[in-house]
Order: sequence, then C-alpha cells, then structure tokens
Amino acid sequence: MIIKHPLLGPRDAAEFVYLGDANMIKRPEGFGENVEEAMYEHVYLRENPAGEHHELWYHEQGDRSWLVVTRNTLTHEISSVELARDVARRKGRSK
Amino acid sequence: MSQSNRIDGGQIDRSRTLKFQFNERWLTAHPGDTLASALLANAVRLVGRSFKYHRPRGIFSAGSEEPSALVQLRKGAALEPNTRATTIEMFEGLSATSQNHRGSLEHDILAVNDLLSPFLSAGFYYKTFMWPKAFWEKLYEPIIRSAAGLGKLSGMEDPDTYDHGYLHCDVVIIGAGPAGLAAALAAGRAGLRVILADEDFRMGGRLNAETYAVDGMDGADWALGVIAELAIMNNVRLMKRTTIYGAYDHGIFGALERMTDHLPDSGDKPRQVLWRIYSKRAILAAGATERSMAFGNNDRPGIMLAGSVRTYVNRFGVAPGRKIAVFTNNDDGLKTAEDLRAKGIDVTRIIDAREGDVVVNTNGRKGLNTIFLNRGRHVEADCLAVSGGWSPNVHLSSHHRGRPEWRDDIAAFVPGGELPPGMVVAGAAAGTMTLAATLAEGHEVATRVATDLGKSGSLATAPRASDEIFATAPIWHVKESKHRAWVDLQNDVTTKDITQSYREGFRSVEHLKRYTTLGMATEQGKTSNMLGLAVMADASGKTIPETGTTIFRPPYSPVAIGAFAGRARGKNFRPTRRTPSHNWANENGASFVEAGMWKRAEWYARPGEKSWRDSVDREVKATRNGVGICDVTTLGKIDIQGHDAAEFINKIYANAFLKLPTGKVRYGLMLREDGTVYDDGTTARLSETHFVMTTTTANAVLVLRNLEFARQCLWPDLDVHLISTTDAWAQFSVAGPKSRALMQKVVDDLDLSNEAFPFMACTTCTVFGGTPARLFRISFSGELAYEIAVPARYGDAMIRAMMAAGEELDLTPYGTEALGVMRIEKGHVAGNELNGQTDARMIGLGNMVSRKKDFIGAALLDRPEQVREDGLQLVGLRPIDQDVILTAGAHFFVEGDPEDMAHDQGWMTSVAYSPELGHSIGLGFLKRGRDRHGERLRAFSPIRGQDVMVEVCSPHHIDPEGDRQRG
Amino acid sequence: MRYNALSILKQGLTGNKGWAPAWREPDPKPEYDIIIVGGGGHGLATAYYLSNKFGMKNIAVVEKGWIGSGNVGRNTTLIRSNYLLEGNQPFYELSMQLWEGLEQDFNYNAMVSQRGILNLYHSDSQRDAFARRGNAMHLTGSGGVMLSEAEIREKCPYLDFDNARFPIKGALWQQRGGTVRHDAVAWGFARGADMKGVDILQNCEVTGFQIDNGVCKGVETSRGTIRAKKVAVCVAGSSGRVMSMAGMRLPIESHVLQAFVSEGLKPTLPGVITFGAGHFYVSQSDKGGLVFGGDIDGYNTYAQRGNLPVVEDVCEGGMALMPMIGRARLLRMWGGLMDMSMDGSPFIDRTHIGGLYFNGGWCYGGFKATPASGFCYAHLLAKDAPHPVATQLRLDRFRRGAPIDEKGAGPQPNLH
Repeated sequence: MIIKHPLLGPRDAAEFVYLGDANMIKRPEGFGENVEEAMYEHVYLRENPAGEHHELWYHEQGDRSWLVVTRNTLTHEISSVELARDVARRKGRSK
Repeated sequence: MSQSNRIDGGQIDRSRTLKFQFNERWLTAHPGDTLASALLANAVRLVGRSFKYHRPRGIFSAGSEEPSALVQLRKGAALEPNTRATTIEMFEGLSATSQNHRGSLEHDILAVNDLLSPFLSAGFYYKTFMWPKAFWEKLYEPIIRSAAGLGKLSGMEDPDTYDHGYLHCDVVIIGAGPAGLAAALAAGRAGLRVILADEDFRMGGRLNAETYAVDGMDGADWALGVIAELAIMNNVRLMKRTTIYGAYDHGIFGALERMTDHLPDSGDKPRQVLWRIYSKRAILAAGATERSMAFGNNDRPGIMLAGSVRTYVNRFGVAPGRKIAVFTNNDDGLKTAEDLRAKGIDVTRIIDAREGDVVVNTNGRKGLNTIFLNRGRHVEADCLAVSGGWSPNVHLSSHHRGRPEWRDDIAAFVPGGELPPGMVVAGAAAGTMTLAATLAEGHEVATRVATDLGKSGSLATAPRASDEIFATAPIWHVKESKHRAWVDLQNDVTTKDITQSYREGFRSVEHLKRYTTLGMATEQGKTSNMLGLAVMADASGKTIPETGTTIFRPPYSPVAIGAFAGRARGKNFRPTRRTPSHNWANENGASFVEAGMWKRAEWYARPGEKSWRDSVDREVKATRNGVGICDVTTLGKIDIQGHDAAEFINKIYANAFLKLPTGKVRYGLMLREDGTVYDDGTTARLSETHFVMTTTTANAVLVLRNLEFARQCLWPDLDVHLISTTDAWAQFSVAGPKSRALMQKVVDDLDLSNEAFPFMACTTCTVFGGTPARLFRISFSGELAYEIAVPARYGDAMIRAMMAAGEELDLTPYGTEALGVMRIEKGHVAGNELNGQTDARMIGLGNMVSRKKDFIGAALLDRPEQVREDGLQLVGLRPIDQDVILTAGAHFFVEGDPEDMAHDQGWMTSVAYSPELGHSIGLGFLKRGRDRHGERLRAFSPIRGQDVMVEVCSPHHIDPEGDRQRG
Repeated sequence: MRYNALSILKQGLTGNKGWAPAWREPDPKPEYDIIIVGGGGHGLATAYYLSNKFGMKNIAVVEKGWIGSGNVGRNTTLIRSNYLLEGNQPFYELSMQLWEGLEQDFNYNAMVSQRGILNLYHSDSQRDAFARRGNAMHLTGSGGVMLSEAEIREKCPYLDFDNARFPIKGALWQQRGGTVRHDAVAWGFARGADMKGVDILQNCEVTGFQIDNGVCKGVETSRGTIRAKKVAVCVAGSSGRVMSMAGMRLPIESHVLQAFVSEGLKPTLPGVITFGAGHFYVSQSDKGGLVFGGDIDGYNTYAQRGNLPVVEDVCEGGMALMPMIGRARLLRMWGGLMDMSMDGSPFIDRTHIGGLYFNGGWCYGGFKATPASGFCYAHLLAKDAPHPVATQLRLDRFRRGAPIDEKGAGPQPNLH
C-alpha cells in the first residue's frame, strides 16, 4: 500500500507501523470516579467496520508523525490522510 | 540421432550449437531454443510422469502454462525441481533430469497406480485408511507420502543470491505480444514513463509463433522493429524474462526478473531480481492460453496444444512430429494445419469438432501412435494438435478478487468485476481474439492512459493487420468417449472424477477443486480450469457462468522462495547492532549474546576458566567486592525537552514525576492503558525543561512510539519534544564498593562524595580532561554504582581509558550474565518478569502507582480479577538442598497436591547461581506469595526432568535494605 | 453411506457411479430449535456435536457461500496443544484428544497426522518461556520434550545451524502436534451432521437478526426468514460484520493472515517447524507442498488478500531457517480473515441478547481448535452452561480484568 503523507508525499506503507482505530485519540479521562467503564470500552471494544475506517499509522521509518488515514477495509482504497495531531486538536484534545 | 526433427526457419541461432544433457544423455540444441524445443528437435517425447497415476508425460505446451514437462534443472546445490521445460532457455552444458518416478523414467514401478485407478478416484483417501486407527501414521501415510511430491529439494543451501529492486513508472504494460507492443509504442511515443515486461526471453508473444503480417511485414520482424524503437526511448524500460506475478494495492506490482537463469552459472551476479513496481496505471496485455478438449486417453506424449505446435514449427524450427493430426473446435486450429503444410510436414487428418468429427481414444504407451475417431475410424499420428479455444489470461485482473465475466461469443471468461484500480486490459487478455483488433486495442488503451495522465503529444496511428477468422464452438468434452479423459494432466483429474464430485455433492467450483485437486497443480489450472468447469456445468445441467468461475491468486507463475527473501538470509537475515565497546570486548575474551538486534558481551572468559560459570562467578564477585564495568548502551534513551516535559512524563509514568528536582533520577514505572506493566527505567532531570528517559533494551523503539502517540494524539498542545538518543550515547555501568574511587579518577572537577553526589543524583560533566559526559548514580546490581555516558563516538576510547584508569583497582568487565545474576540476587525484575502479563501489584510496586493523577493505565487498575486475594506475587526461591541448581519455568505445587492446572501455584521466572550466597536462587510468581515466605513448595519441571523442594523467601536475596547502593 | 475399503472396492468395480451425495441440499424450514450461522469448520463441528453427542434435533447451519469456504478452507492445517495459560491449554488439549479419535468417530479420513511440532528457540529467555509452557503442557497431559541443538540437527539437518543470524539453541517438541487435511474436516463434520438430520443450507446469507425485546427470535436470510429458539453465530473473520447486525461492538478487529504453499516436493520435513527468531512456520502436506505462513499483515481489513511486505518477511524467515528452500517455488498465496481479539484468545459465550450466542475471536489459531470449539459451543447451546475447559473464554473477561494473553502483547490485536 501507499500512504500519501501530508508532509512527505507518497510513501510505502512498509515505512509505517499500524495501531488501529483512530478513536484511540478519544481517550477518556483516566482519573476520577467511575472512569473504568468508559476506559474499558475505549481500550477493548471496536467498531471494526467493513468499509471506511479511520485509523492510526505511525511513520516510524520516517518523520515519526502519527497519521490518521481513512481507508476502506474492503478495497484498501485510501481517501484521506491527515496529521493525527491536527485531528486530535479538532476533536478537542489539547494538554 | 542429432536434432532429427529440426526443420527450416525459426528464431534460433543455427550458427552455434549447444550441448545439453537430459537424463545423463548428451544432446544438441541452438541458442534461442527452450529445453522443450530442443527435446522435441531431438525426438525426445517422454519427459516425465504424472502426479498420481505416473502416466507417461510429454511436452504439452510452449509456455509457462505447461502442466506436464516438468524437470529438475541443474545439479547439486543448484538443483531446481519442477522446472517447466517449456520456459527453460537453452544454455551450453544444461543438465536436466526427469522427476517423479521410481526406477527409470521409462520403467516407473509406480505406474502400477494407473492399473489401480478405479479405486483411486476423486477423494478415495477420505473414505478409507481409517482402520486400525494407529495404521494411518504408521503405515498408510508413510506410503502415501513416500509417493507424494514431484521434484526433490537439494537439501543444501541455495548457492545463488537474489536482489530486491524498486521501480516507478506511469504505466506498466504486462505482456509484450501484439497488444502490449502496440500499447508500449503509443505510451512511449506519448512520453509516458513506461515499463514493458514479458515473461519470455524474446518479446513479441504470439507474433513469434504465428505467420501473420503487421504493417505489411512479417509479424515477428515487426515486433523486432518496435522493440528496437522502444529500446532507444529513455522513458521506456524493456524487461524481458520478467514475470509480473501479482497485482497489489495502490498500483504496486510484483515482478520477477530472471537475470542468470539462461546462463551456465550466475557468476557473481544475482540469479533473479524481485522488483516492486509502483505504477500509476497498468495495461494488462497478457494474452490468452489455449485449452484442450477432454477425450479418451488425451494425455499421451505427443498430444499438444495446437498453438504450441505452431510455436515449435514457426518460432523454433522444430517439427513436434512426423505425422501430425489436428483436432479443433475453432478456426484457429485450422491455421495449424496450414502452417504445418507450409513447412512440408505431413498433416494426417484435420478433425473439426464443429463438423461432428471427434477423437474418442488414442493409443501409444509412451507416445502417441494412433488416434481413434468416432464412427470407427482411426488415423496414424505421432502428434495430435488440439485446440479447444483460448482463455484470456485474466489472472492479474482478479488479484483484487474481481470476478471474471463470461462471454458466449468466445466461450471464455474475460476480466470483470472490480479490476485493480488503474488497470485496463487490452488484446486477447480482454477477449479480443484477432490480430488487427488486438493491435488497435493496445494502441487505443495506451492513448487513453496517456490522455488520462495529461500527455497528449501527437500519437501515431495504430499498427495495421488484417483480422483472421475466429469462430469457436463451445465443445469441451467428447461424450461418446468411453475411456478416461484427462482434464488436469499433472494431477490426473479426469472427467469421471468431476462427475463423481458432482454426484457426491461437491458442486461449487471451490469444492470441486478441493475434492478432486483440479487446478491445484504447478500451473494452477491454466490449462485445466475451464475444461473442468465445463464438465461440471454439463453434469449439473447449468451453464458455465451459472456453475461459477475460479479467481486466481498470486503468483501468476511460481516464484522462487529465495527471490522473495532476497539478501535477508544467513547472517544478514536481520541487521546486527554492536555496542561501542564491541571491538574492545572482542579483544578481551568476550562471547556475545543476542539481545534483539544487539550483540552484547555475555561474559569475558579468562585463561584457565573451564566453563561460563567460572567467568560469571568471578565477574560477580569482583564487582560485589571491588568494581566492575558493563556496557549498558543498549538500554533505550529518549531525550525529552520542552516547557511541559515534566507534565508530559507525569502523564506517562504511573508514579509521580512532576516534582522530580533537577539533578535527580527517579525509577519510572510505565503501564499500558490496561494497567499492565509495559516498561520500566530511570528518568533523569538534567534541567527544568530537559529529561533523559531510559527504557529496557527490548522496548526502546516501542516506548518512543507510544510517547509520540501520547504527544501527538492525546496531548497535542503540550510543549514537549522527543528524540531517540539510544545510538548517540555510549553508556557504562560502573558498580561495586570501589566504584566511587574509580569514578573520582575519571570525572573532571566533580565531588562524588555521598553528600555531594548521593544515590539517584545526576549531572552533566566532563571526563578524562574535557570529554563531555553525563553521570548518573543509579544501581541495577544493588551495589554503589554509577552510569557514565559519553557521546557514542568516544565509546571505544572510553572503555579503554576506563580500564586503564581502573587497573590499580582491579576493574573487572562484566557481561550480561553477571548483570543478570546480580539483579536476581537483588530482586530486580527484568524481561522474564515483565513479560506483558504482569501488573504493578504482582511485582510489589502497587503502592508506587499514583492514585492522585491521570496517567496511561490509571483507569483500569482495580477490576475484580486484578484485585484478587490469591493473585500472583513476586517471591524469591532457594533450594532446600543447596546443591540443587534451580531451573526457570518450573511450576510450584504444594507437596501432595496433584500436578494439574487447578493446583498450579505459580512458576519460576528467573534463576541464577549466587556466588555470594553459595547456592542457586530464583525469582518467581506465586499465588499470595508475599504471605508465604518460609513455606516449602515443590518446583516441578517435568519438561526438564526436575522436581525439587524450594523455600519461598523475599525476592531481595541480598542487601534487602539497600544500604550498599546508598553508601 | 458408510465409507470403508469395501465400499471403495465395490464402487471402483462398478465405475464409481453409486456414490451418494455427502450431504443433502435441503430447503430451509420455517423454524429450527438451533440455527448455527456459519458453515465453516467450527459451525459444522458445532452442528455435528449437537446432533451426535448432545442428542439435539431440528438444527440448521446457514452458510452464505459454500460450506468450508472460510478459514477452514484456507489455513495452514496445524494442530497442537502447546499453550501456556490455564484459560487456554486444557481447551486445546481437549481439542487434541478429539482430533485423535475424530476420523473413526465421523467416518471420514481427515488425515490427522501427528508427526510432531518443533518450536525452535534461540535465546535463554525463550528457553525459559518454553520450559514454563512445556511444564504447563505436562499439567494437562499434553506431553512435550525439550530438544537440544544436537537432537534437532539429527531430525532436521538442513536447518541453518552454522551461519544463522540467530543460532538455534534448542526446541520444544510436541510429538502429538501435526497437521490435518483441512477441507476434509469441514466435509467430515458436515456429512456427520447431515446424517443426523442437520439441515445444511448453503448460499443462505444472514442479512439480519430478528431481535424482539432483547431476545433473538431468528434470522433474516437471502432465502427468507428463519425462526429459531437459539441462534449461534460462528463466523470468525466476519464476526464484526455479522454481530454489528445485532448492534454489538466486539473486542475484535478483522485482519488478514496470508498463507503460502510451494510446488509439490518429495517429502523432507518431519512435521511442523516454527522459527523462533522470525515469523515463519512450515509443514509439508501429504501431496508434497510446503505449507507455510508467518505474521498477519497488521491492518484492519475485510479483503481476503494481503500485501508484499509480509510475503517477503515470511520468506526471509524461511530462508533464514532453511536455506535449502531458495530454489523451491512459491505456488500460491492467499489471505484469510482473522478475528483478532484483544488478548489473542477466543470467545465461546452467550451474548447480552437472549437466545443469541457467539463463537469467535480465534485469531489465527482457529483451525486446531475446531473440534473443541464445536464441542464446547454445542455444550453451551445444549446445556446453557460453559464446558469446564471453556469457562474463561467469556466476552466479559476484559471488564473483569482477566485477559488470556499468551504473548503478553496487551489490548492491541495486531500484536497477538
């Protein structure tokens, strides 16, 4: 596969390491009352869609960017690639 | 007998004669021959045996679809089994032997299987060999296995090398027949970056095998002209002897180029190169494969595909027989007779199935001699050219699981469904079966691709030819034939097997393949799948498309495993990482152990030491009583800087880090989000905004990955930056009561007294008169100890300087074994304990985990199974009998309990011999272990034949209070 | 129709024209007691044991394509019972025992071939982990011995002992490990279930569940609605897709595992060999092909095909281990869909929806589990209680904090 890195252009997927569903960005709060259930779902349950999938790839053999890749799990077609940091900020993550 | 079947013409070089050997017999050939054409030229007809019935097999085709003429090529370590004689390019001294026979090729004793064939029909083995039960492995299977397989492996290392390469292009054109050449010409002239690949050693495809004219000249000559034009275009790469074997995602194609297979030996060159081709577009112009028809005894040597007969006659100048008959269901077959007659070869009969004439049986034990027709006729022939029509080579179009579609007019499947993105198909591969149309289509699709990619320069017109007559009738199977009719020549699948498969309910195509082994041979059904499908359709009363299709998987034709591996084998299987002190260690008696990719010194043997234990015990004692030095560079080092660095680290580690003062080091415990211990190490604060984290050797890369995830994805606005400095610093542990004395000599102007530089202090400094360094007072051994780091380029000088400085203190280098002994004595956990199944409670660090902050792993610490009262806890173990040497992996049992999983109390994780205590010690996980110190248990290790009593104790076998490291 | 040497003789002498279909092709009934969704190895085994061992009747297996078209038809045919953890090892030992009597039991020769499995190790810590595992095997009566380098040399002289990047130090050997003719397993179970009246409904794709007030009452299929008292899903590889129709998210991701077979070669390998320093394992089929595999591709996918980096990685492992295979050719490669679970271990359990049961999460180890998976699932369906060796294979184990994580890789499916 080829991933079009937003900064570095097209790169062979072999340069990357795959993590999984981009929902991993939406880490719930880990400290406080009753955080266990939300974290359990976050850590263990997956949508696992047959179709469009937002997923995290890490450019380990490159610039060490984490990317959010939108890829179809039936055809492997990639429709968008973004820096994960941009996605994270858009989802409200900050410090 | 010298090339008695050689005739005039052909694209061979008659000026040179080559000698080759088949089954130890010397024969001659010419450059341009294949082994198959050379064998035919020498009137060798019997070349192999079929898989199951060991029936005689000859040469059936002239290309990579060959199911029958498989040989073992070359000798010794270079022996190459199952090689198609039809694709072996002749070279001087070539040696080939036939395969899959017991006894000689002519007198194969396993041919008895053929007599037993009524009892060896489809799936017979699923129905018997079950009684008595033990006989399967003892008797039946060994017999079956001894007869199984085709060629042999040499048993020796492959002497050749293989390379990997990467190519980029606008368009890759697969196949250099008429469609591919026309496409390449158009694409090349339009200025596209073109790769034109063809599996043959001579480009041109069927143009080389036929007698058609293109642009008013002989087709083969036209091809030569086109190739010459393409060869001088800088934007075109011609790759003959190159098989595009697979279509992968995003325009990536796998290709195998055979570099030296046509030479007597490879010399220093790689035998083959496995290319990965990155393309924007692909034009599949892979042509079509002719198929046979099923009739009685249609598998004899001498029965060949008609198009291949034309190939031998026209391209190779070889007559495959003296008296040749033609059996066809289409006009293409008739062309064979014309070509043969043009060469003066006796065509004894044309049997056109469309006119009701069919072959019902043949005769000739090791080669065809008689053909029996319907209505009681027969004809003498030593070769029968059969054409059952042509099947487009859809293979690569279906590698993304696109399903081919049926076309009635050509009675064949054409590419259909979802093709790999960017792929278009042209010529016979697309079902365009006549020459003029093929040339036009090749030209047209390439023009379209060029336009698509923004090239529109003036494009010449398409090459011209006339369209031959192509009419085919869907005749597959001569039903009046009472004799066995072969569908799959290699695996011996007959029409009866297929009808039996239908009868038994194996009716989907995949069931048919799996039950009968149809299409599972080395040519993957190229010549048999269609025929099998047609027979199945017939049995079920359905049409062929209703019956199904089979999709093809990579590779298009088999690829040497060595080519896929490339250079990554032997010592180069994976990279080797050496520590900065490697050369020095090597000079000083070290032996090395693998630690991931690293090689680390495990001990330094000295003269007179009889076993590794002698060395390790000495190193431990010297360190504990004096001073030792160990290269710990392999530990991961991550430089962490930024205004929010402390806050960031505090979110990563389970213990508190926010208030770590500058100049101090702290042990850090890193969890996974599921609460399990992921890694541990120390992190030093060099300044308000600058930390250095260490990780275990194994997790160096993984921890950085996780840290980057946390930095970019979880807390993207923290001001923090990370970089791995594992390779940037050479780091040495200096341990033992005399380590302070040594280090005081080493560092420049730094007070190392306990007050000035206490346990867990750190600083930047210089050593040996100005070399920059970092000094940490940390201890893995439990002794007074330091770790000193210098830039990696000084690593070798550093160890030499340290050893010189330490000479008067008897400084002793120690390796990973002594390191391991000392950490087990001290009760420090390492990889055997932190194996990804361990949480902080288990290793006694539950209290270290903060309950006052969020961090990775904070939320999932207290699920019911994690807080079980009978949870596993780290303990020390010592043998009751002090002479016993403990072994890791033993399971603990209460004496008298049965040895089963329900009574399993835990296991021994690590063991060592403690020179200080004078006996073996261990660490282990034990249910409720911390409450059980003093208890005696069995350490049960049946796999090692050991069953000993141990006493549970504290994991801190020595200096439990930690006075030494603080001293 | 019983199969034996006599039937072969008789049929052989009469043109093999009297063989009966191995299973019927019935039309769906409107209602069954139990519908098993998925006609793969595990689903067919479940139907077989329900009908043959638990005395259940009125059972259907619904299969979207042809039976055995899933992972039972596309795996590397290994069997072994050499696990480590209490949640797994007794289960796999039961499976091994079922394999050992399977063929006589269902009157079909699936070529269970216990020629042994050799797990090589290359370091002391690997040796220690294997010792722990080998001892766990002894606790369940599964056998196993540690072999020295010299003993391995004798067994497999062609391995790379002298020029290896990661030298072979020893191995864990389980004699009872081996291979089975995978397709025949599906066919044998199907035939055995069919003989007891189980309806095997091919080309019958489930398109939805009928769920009423939290209770599953049947399935919608491409051949109409079929009601059932119990619906047992058994579609590993597609679990995510199917269970989403019941509104469930699972602790599972779908991944592709590629497998490879070489051209036929004269027999060389003694049994199964696994490389401890790379991703590679290999056996040799009765037909002579080297059957081998390695790691999963590592990204979520429902496409039954993989990519080149893993092909190369696997072949590198092969060449590093057995440099003699360089000139053998890779004949065919294919991809199978794996339910990769969060701890690398499977599930055989009820769901929170009444009457709806789930069997999945087999990662790339489902084939060896086929008989025990069917047996334990049948036990659960028949008795509504888990079989004693499957008590830990529960969907709620992560919520309880009790993963069964053999590798210690944590909740990231592509690391298992």
